Amino acid sequence: MADPTKEESTAAQETAAAQDPTAQQNAQVLALLHRLFGESTFTDVEEPYGLLTVTTKREHIHNIIAGLQQDTELKFHFLTTMCGINYPENLNQELGMIYHLHSLVHNVRLRIKIFFPLADPVVPTLTDLYATANWMEREAYDFFGIIFMGHPNLRRILNVEDMDYHPMRRQYPLEDGTREDKTDLFFGR
Amino acid sequence: MAVNDALAGTHKIIQEAQEQQGGQLVPTLNDFSQELTTLNLGPTHPATHGIFQNILQMDGERIISGVPTIGYIHRAFEKIAERRPFYQITPLTDRMNYCSSPINNMGWHMTVEKLLGVQVPKRAQYMRVIMMELARIADHLICNSILGVDTGAFTGFLYVFQEREKIYEIYEEVCGSRLTTNMGRVGGMERDFSPVAIEKLRKWLKEFPAVMKEFESMFNRNRIFMDRVVNVGPITAEKALNYGFTGPNLRAAGVDYDVRVMNPYSSYEDFEFDIPVGTNGDTYDRFLVRNEEIWQSLRIINQALDRLPDGPFHADAPHYYLPPKQAVYKNMEALIYHFKIIMGEIEAPVGEVYHSVEGGNGELGFYLISDGGRTPYRLHFRRPCFIYYQAYSEMVVGTSLSDAIVILSSMNVIAGELDA
Repeated sequence: MADPTKEESTAAQETAAAQDPTAQQNAQVLALLHRLFGESTFTDVEEPYGLLTVTTKREHIHNIIAGLQQDTELKFHFLTTMCGINYPENLNQELGMIYHLHSLVHNVRLRIKIFFPLADPVVPTLTDLYATANWMEREAYDFFGIIFMGHPNLRRILNVEDMDYHPMRRQYPLEDGTREDKTDLFFGR
Repeated sequence: MAVNDALAGTHKIIQEAQEQQGGQLVPTLNDFSQELTTLNLGPTHPATHGIFQNILQMDGERIISGVPTIGYIHRAFEKIAERRPFYQITPLTDRMNYCSSPINNMGWHMTVEKLLGVQVPKRAQYMRVIMMELARIADHLICNSILGVDTGAFTGFLYVFQEREKIYEIYEEVCGSRLTTNMGRVGGMERDFSPVAIEKLRKWLKEFPAVMKEFESMFNRNRIFMDRVVNVGPITAEKALNYGFTGPNLRAAGVDYDVRVMNPYSSYEDFEFDIPVGTNGDTYDRFLVRNEEIWQSLRIINQALDRLPDGPFHADAPHYYLPPKQAVYKNMEALIYHFKIIMGEIEAPVGEVYHSVEGGNGELGFYLISDGGRTPYRLHFRRPCFIYYQAYSEMVVGTSLSDAIVILSSMNVIAGELDA
């Protein structure tokens, strides 16, 4: 549905973005990403709250993060954090990993997402690039059952080892589903 | 010479042990042929200051490998947060780094404000800065004085704990509670500083420097203390960055990364302060960096208190900020807003936001994904402790047990933040 006010606001956003230093920086990073890894590698480029976010495929993730680490221009040397996510309604894209990188030299942050099917939750490990990835990946395995190929020690980290499910998946509601006194008929989900 | 020979022998045993395990550190049973001992450090041990276990393999006094086990107080905060409205998540953040709860609270509020697009007035920002820096001082005081206790100096601990108690009294005056503060609201503070709070703060600012000087003179050039901490558990800047170190532990290794300067939040750009850095990232450097940060925090508090602007202490955002209770009884709009906020019916935009603050131990990040519902779709905490504690097993290899204890306490590993 065409909405004239919306079009106006996007135009205003674009002019604001041209003056905004963060937006300029993000545009530079994006140009570099496209130059290094090809434009078709990335889909869904966004900038929520000024943080450049790109989505890619899991085949590329190790290459991209290694390439960014070695890149002499931007120097993405710091893996801030990574976490898993589960969208059960996205068919064949149910699980995801979200990486936050930070270039301490230029103070630019970058968020990279990958999505893959629940039935095949295998992702390359980053432990050969970042020592800090070790426990982060163990946490993602523990919470979501994402398997990191090549991880030296992929065991549960926060939950007990004989737990037989991955509790952060959306299929496990936080509270007992049979309770009726807590159903949200009028409010929320 | 004899010491060097012994060390070389130990290194050889370490290498062999690692090669046997395929380069990985794993616990083994007591190995009598090599005369190795397996030692459980923790889960409950007075020197670990928290519940976490390290299975150490020892060759006499030397540590050959350490395998950490964590998760003893895992409370599934990320899962619980998926069922709670934003304001109910604040008490969860209290319980992460419980030595500096206000920083966690404010960090969370700022994350939500960023998502909702709420502008917080200057006065509230300055008030937040004051409380966050008080929390940082309390956090560093605990870490450094406990380090003293672990090296055998109990007196300094008693001296500065009295000051920490006074900080907690200021908390109490500002928000009503002491340890798990639940301080502030989304949109500002829940109440203005009372005259008593300001008076207590000014009194403390006058008295504390003398105590801090006394504490420093007790430790900084103390021969016994220096023998225990200098060159113990050093880490290079490259390795620290690779391990994701942040905060005082990274700065002790010589990297001047501080979120307050790099990505200023809550008006930190208004204040003048220095970022102390160390040189070789050993226990002594970590101690000195924390001490210096206490002085810098004092500078910030003094500036913020002197320049505390007039004006409201919370944003004019009735959709998100609870109205005063008296108004709820008399005013229909206030009643409606109160009901909607308490029921979690605020209108949150769809989006994702990452916000980080400089916590007591480093970059404390909140990654919030909102699907527009009353609760976060996903909330991930970047807990600095969890990330840098994994370097511990590498840092203790080749040191003695007593050094391992000192390294642990100088890293300031807080179990609540480690396990979330």
